[in-house]
Amino acid sequence: MTEGLTTGNLPDEYQQLIDSVADFARTVVAPVAAQHDEEHSFPYEVVAGMAEMGLFGLPFPEEFGGMDGDYFALCLALEELAKIDQSVAITLEAGVSLGAMPIFRFGNAEQKEEWLPQLTSGEALAAFGLTEPDAGSDAGGTRTRAELAGGDWVINGNKQFITNSGTTISKLVTVTAVTGVDARGKKEISTLLVPTSTPGFTAEPAYNKLGWNASDTHPLSFVDARVPEANLLGERGRGYANFLQILDEGRIAIAALSVGAAQGCVDESVRYAKEREAFGRPIGANQGIAFKIARMEARAHVARTAYYDAAALMLAGKPFKKQASIAKLVGSEAAMDNARDATQIHGGYGFMNDYLVARHYRDSKILEIGEGTTEVQLMLIARDLGL
Amino acid sequence: MKIVVLVKQVPDTWGARRLNLDTGWLDRGGSEAVIDEIDERALEAALAYQDSNDAEVVALTMGPDSAKDMLRKSLAMGADSAVHILDSRLAGADLAWTARVIAAALTKLGYDLVIAGNESTDGRGGVLPALVAEHLGVPLASYLDSVAITADSIAGERSTELGTMSVRAPLPAVISVTERTAEARFPNFKGILRAKKKPVTVWSLDDLGADAAASPVRSVVLATSERPARSAGTQIVDDGTAGVELAEFLAARHLI
Repeated sequence: MTEGLTTGNLPDEYQQLIDSVADFARTVVAPVAAQHDEEHSFPYEVVAGMAEMGLFGLPFPEEFGGMDGDYFALCLALEELAKIDQSVAITLEAGVSLGAMPIFRFGNAEQKEEWLPQLTSGEALAAFGLTEPDAGSDAGGTRTRAELAGGDWVINGNKQFITNSGTTISKLVTVTAVTGVDARGKKEISTLLVPTSTPGFTAEPAYNKLGWNASDTHPLSFVDARVPEANLLGERGRGYANFLQILDEGRIAIAALSVGAAQGCVDESVRYAKEREAFGRPIGANQGIAFKIARMEARAHVARTAYYDAAALMLAGKPFKKQASIAKLVGSEAAMDNARDATQIHGGYGFMNDYLVARHYRDSKILEIGEGTTEVQLMLIARDLGL
Repeated sequence: MKIVVLVKQVPDTWGARRLNLDTGWLDRGGSEAVIDEIDERALEAALAYQDSNDAEVVALTMGPDSAKDMLRKSLAMGADSAVHILDSRLAGADLAWTARVIAAALTKLGYDLVIAGNESTDGRGGVLPALVAEHLGVPLASYLDSVAITADSIAGERSTELGTMSVRAPLPAVISVTERTAEARFPNFKGILRAKKKPVTVWSLDDLGADAAASPVRSVVLATSERPARSAGTQIVDDGTAGVELAEFLAARHLI
């Protein structure tokens, strides 16, 4: 099903998924996107709609309430949503790729049974608590500690920039914590499942961000937060390695989201360049504008082929780390470059917050930072080259 | 319970819609072809019943080869099977002929309930469900804003200029629904995957018997022309005399 994933020649089921999500984005997401952005409100009604159409279950098998799709299907959905609203897309991305996926990949039977049905149905959201004040891309700098005491893990520490962690449907945070030191004196990092109802766990007030205003992001604090010993996710001491795998996949998803943003800027610019007249003709009749949009289209297309390629490798079970980094790098840069050009093409309107391109301009910057900065992607690619 | 939903492929209302000026027919290349939004709601009414009752839902269409994509979507939304009446002799068929063909297909197919949209977003005839019901000799409940289906009857409400009518009919029956009925569900990926394995039956006029295939009396479009471009119009700024100016404007055109 996944051989030869090329643009313009996708298997039917993927194309139909694209059409269905595009329809949803146009009719359900678009009408409320500007308002949620302005009010910094979480789009519960949109999330409920995404849940109803099974988007939170896309890459999971039916036995866990999933849609029997795959990670590429998730990427296609993210691209379509991000054309219209990056906040909505990142809510889905974080919920699936960072929230549910670690449990699907590393959870035991009981953990899967307890959590996956509510996560894949979109009834509840899980968040991914990795980043800390002193540990971002350098996840090894983790300071949050968890100690075993009386059959419980007692967690103390802080996380920051955690997506989907403070909504009324956020039921779980998957947290990395130092659980000891290994034989070589290196920090042993493990992953723990922390229900948001756990005493001692607090989602602090939401951040005031430059963009992604409708995405829910909080600092988290843990003060003697106790969870049962059985809430260890995966092997003790494997938390860091497991999260690196999740991050590699997540880069493909963020690349897809970035391509959506880049393409959304193209689509808006084409429409505007045909409609808007200056000096007696549509501004798109000027090569200065037309060539700018042509270059934007080329960026989006190239970035799309990059994430298709990484996803195809991943689905084929082949190494994809470098390709995921490349896709994330060129995707996020395409989004930022296209957002800048689209804003310029829109002139003064492009500076107005209620215009989609203005929102893309504010929203796209984080794509070069989250899920591994541009510099981290370059480091990984260089490392792959033996540098 | 066997519910047959009449679905039609129409040009997307979000795109530009044009007539082919040579034939007077729809320019199918003019914009993306999609399932009519109102037919999606008709399908939703059937699927909502099927969600909690034992029912078989069949999507039935008459249209060119490209209509199979729309049938695929109907199946992805949840219809169990689809029937496609496909025959090049039907190109440009008018409402009367279309109704006879669809009625013949329904008779061949068997049904307890037929659900249609109240009118298509392209042709906007609004009479096809009534014509079909007449051919079939079953009750018609048209323009329903709400639908309640039971094992042996349907009921619903219809808005009129004078008030709301509550209507009811025993099955078998034909009903048509308005855009006030529930919004249609979006196909999910599981539905899309399952749709690939669901049966789509193709019938030609020959499959539907002599009555449907017979050369009909039908309306033919003799000429069409592009709607003239709108002129700029006259703007009246109210500086105290707007009422007089407006009256003069209308009187000059013999409108008052």
